[in-house]
Amino acid sequence: MLGLSLREVSAALKQGQVSPMELCQKCLSLIKETKFLNAYITVAEEKALKQAEESEKRYEKGQALGVLDGIPVAVKDNFSTAGIETTCASSMLKGYIPPYNATVVQKLLDQGAVLLGKTNLDEFAMGSGSTDGIFGPVRNPWSYSKQYREKRKQSHHRADEDSNWLITGGSSGGSAAAVSAFTCFAALGSDTGGSTRNPAALCGLVGLKPTYGLVSRYGLIPLVNSMDVPGILTRCVDDAAIVLGVLAGHDPKDSTTTQDPVGPFILPILRDVSKLCIGIPKEYNVPELSSEMQAFWSKAADLFASKGAKVVEVSLPHTSYSIVCYHVLCTAEVASNMARFDGLEYGHRCNVNVSTEAMYAATRREGFNDVVRGRILSGNFFLLRENYDDYFVKAQKVRRLIANDFVKVFNSGVDVLLTPTTLSDAVPYLEFIKEDNRTRSAQDDIFTQSVNMAGLPAVNVPMALSSQGLPVGLQLIGRAFSDQQLLTVAKWFEEQVQFPVIQLQELVDNCPTFSQHEKLGLVSLKR
Amino acid sequence: MAAPILRCARPGRCWSLDYRPRRSRALFAEPVPGRVRGQSSAAAQEPRPGAHEWAAVVGLEIHAQISSNSKLFSGSQVTFLAPPNSLVSFFDASLPGTLPVLNRRCVEAAVMTGLALNCTVNKKSLFDRKHYFYADLPAGYQITQQRLPIAVNGSLTYSLGVGAQWSPSATKTVRIKQIQLEQDSGKSLHDDTRSQTLIDLNRAEGQLRVDANVSVHHPGEPLGVRTEVKNLNSIRFLAKAIDYEIQRQIEELQNGGKILNETRAFDEKLGCTVSMRDKEGKQDYRFMPEPNLPPLILYDAESLPVAADPQQVVNIDWIRERLPELPSVTRGRLVEQYGILPEHSFVLLNEDGLLEFFQTVMKETRAEPKKVIGWILTIFLGYLKQRNLAVSESPLSPSSLAELLNLLDSKVISLPAAKQVFEELWQNQGKTPGQIIREKKLELLQNQEELEEICQAVLAKHPQQVMAVKNGNQKVVNKLIGIVRRATGGRADPGRIKQILEKQLQ
Repeated sequence: MLGLSLREVSAALKQGQVSPMELCQKCLSLIKETKFLNAYITVAEEKALKQAEESEKRYEKGQALGVLDGIPVAVKDNFSTAGIETTCASSMLKGYIPPYNATVVQKLLDQGAVLLGKTNLDEFAMGSGSTDGIFGPVRNPWSYSKQYREKRKQSHHRADEDSNWLITGGSSGGSAAAVSAFTCFAALGSDTGGSTRNPAALCGLVGLKPTYGLVSRYGLIPLVNSMDVPGILTRCVDDAAIVLGVLAGHDPKDSTTTQDPVGPFILPILRDVSKLCIGIPKEYNVPELSSEMQAFWSKAADLFASKGAKVVEVSLPHTSYSIVCYHVLCTAEVASNMARFDGLEYGHRCNVNVSTEAMYAATRREGFNDVVRGRILSGNFFLLRENYDDYFVKAQKVRRLIANDFVKVFNSGVDVLLTPTTLSDAVPYLEFIKEDNRTRSAQDDIFTQSVNMAGLPAVNVPMALSSQGLPVGLQLIGRAFSDQQLLTVAKWFEEQVQFPVIQLQELVDNCPTFSQHEKLGLVSLKR
Repeated sequence: MAAPILRCARPGRCWSLDYRPRRSRALFAEPVPGRVRGQSSAAAQEPRPGAHEWAAVVGLEIHAQISSNSKLFSGSQVTFLAPPNSLVSFFDASLPGTLPVLNRRCVEAAVMTGLALNCTVNKKSLFDRKHYFYADLPAGYQITQQRLPIAVNGSLTYSLGVGAQWSPSATKTVRIKQIQLEQDSGKSLHDDTRSQTLIDLNRAEGQLRVDANVSVHHPGEPLGVRTEVKNLNSIRFLAKAIDYEIQRQIEELQNGGKILNETRAFDEKLGCTVSMRDKEGKQDYRFMPEPNLPPLILYDAESLPVAADPQQVVNIDWIRERLPELPSVTRGRLVEQYGILPEHSFVLLNEDGLLEFFQTVMKETRAEPKKVIGWILTIFLGYLKQRNLAVSESPLSPSSLAELLNLLDSKVISLPAAKQVFEELWQNQGKTPGQIIREKKLELLQNQEELEEICQAVLAKHPQQVMAVKNGNQKVVNKLIGIVRRATGGRADPGRIKQILEKQLQ
């Protein structure tokens, strides 16, 4: 039951095969059983059960609100949730309970979705591993999958050694782990430089970054306002489209959302790809890309070609400047956005009361981790009057060049770009933390971040398992506001590759609340 | 929580005028070449001309609150004297995740201000963040228009006058550098006894706040280092602060000292400026584009998209058509229509409600405009000022004054009697001038025989004065007129008495 798609579970609810309360309780039990994944920061058990109860009443009366009514979802802990603590995985916001819902959260609730809780992340979404928040790192459910364990046995590793667990990627790793481990049916992430697509790739999920301006940011605690978008993590493309349909559209509270009508996001079945033109950006073939990943990328391109699509090599010449440009723009906005955390009104406040200035300084030193403080320092440096033109203005110009690269490619007739999402499959935590956050973020966002600079829609689609038995995903990038077309292509690709379902034997075995029937259901899922 | 700011500038220096929370800001710079106001005038009259003459340059950053129902970037209301923190939206409180939404009414007000001040209204303007840490600035930055403001390059013509002394020649023009929309900060209330600061995020603080930038230099030499006197909240304090600062800078320089580029505050009790020393100084505000607000695009009749929703666009031409008559036009019209002096037209417009009062009186009276203006500007306004009243609070209605002036004009009463009636009208609301005149028997004596008898009696009683007149001392006639008037209880027309007396003395 927990592995069903949104449409399937919605049908099951309508037909009374399962009730919203049962569904919610199953998810809550599984969350408890998989607590070691550290996917959730806050589990809003009471509120969720109450929502499920109300949903149940609606179903009894035949008055379900929408396709998501009664369906458990999770939300990254950088979206404001009324009455539920919202921490951004930072000491700075520990104990902060927002009085309002982010627009996207409200839209989910308006559809009758059941909000299970808030998922883990890197502090203020600054990171690519979901390892750098105050609540500790998130573990990739694939670390415990049959597929991965068996491969490790074959290569004579001790399969049971716990220290080998893998990262989820980030920064929306909690949401990715929550969906991947079947504790919820869909989750919201956020995506500023790849934070939704990256963990989706490493956890074998569909991770959608919608076009900037398609989905409201109101209530999303910002990292980089001009690049942030709410992201969607699901187990299949159709699910992502359904959630996008719920979330998309103008919000009077977010002036950067489009005024034009959007959607619907119902995906047709694409039978003929011969009219499609797929672009392969040559600059994405970087030396750091693992050979295995490169092989999958070629294979995907060949797949499109073999089915009749036109596959062309294209150039995005300013790609290599993307990382440094992003660094300047991101840190500048971070410096600005973090200025409100001063200990006066909400969140952490230190004990120093010598002067207001001393209070600010100590509060911010205690409240932010090194990563956040480092970005604030860099950003303020770039914004200084004497540096502004040399750094910020230049970076803005480069950003425009990067965006224009995409425009040119799409104007040349390319419909969708096909790229890797990550350099490799998921790495063990102990491996990952050998490099600092800045180095890792710079490396890991390489394929994803220029999309944010250009505001384009992009989606990670899981393709296959690597030689280690871990998910490998590819990224499809579309032109602005072509989200529906992009997802239609993604759905075709998904259908072609038949990505295997995660086999969480170990998890399931350790989970007494699962009946034998459900275990079978879980492992024999088609997708 | 925002207002436009106005910045005005003259030679060399430019500052901008600021409107604040729902606030626009304007910037003026006004050099006062060779001439220093009030107390500083001594310095301008150094014995050796030229080398030691001082000129002051003054730039004003004027923060004026926009009269709107809700704040510049949030839906919360603006109400004068609302309880502290009672009108604070999540955005006003800078809760994480909230976003600014521009208030259309504030944009229209800024455009109208720009048009009224002869500015070029920018079809595209941008918003910026200005960063500094202060307790009443909860976001750590203020949203303003630093790079590309809504209106630029305007001017305002005004007449110079000190008190009631208006000189028609002293018409000046001040240049306006820019008008920008700017979010207001909160309000800090310092409790010195408890060493606490209380913050009110309602933010609709005062309606006007001015920062004055002042420097002095020798004419022909480069401009001096400027200081900024912040947070002046009345015109009177503004003038005092500028005068003091000019004088202070001159003295400092004459004593071999240096002027620091610093922020100063005006001590209202001591009447002097003092260095603020703390934060500001040469603070770097780390300006950055506000990423949550798209560029503000304004349209005119030509560029307006055909299918545009009127609720979603601001049309400059539409606002221009609705611009009320500007004061300069009104003044010109008054001078032409009534033949009054230009300086009088300034007073009529500068006093709230006075123009309407004047026009109502004019409609209902036969008296000449010059007489009416005399009564209104000297007697009526004098009474109001003495009692610290606004025109709207006057116990005297324009109709009463018109009736009184009609009675005076048709010689039913004398001028002194009219003044007495005026006084009575002020004290006894509800009575008409006619009633007062009847009750107090203030009508002029119209009976020629009766008047001649009184005159005859006076002459008989004052033989010495009669002799003096006959000996050629005509001045004594006036004395006799006075005596007759006293004898009639002030109810005789002096002109008529003079006629009779002269006849009888021949």
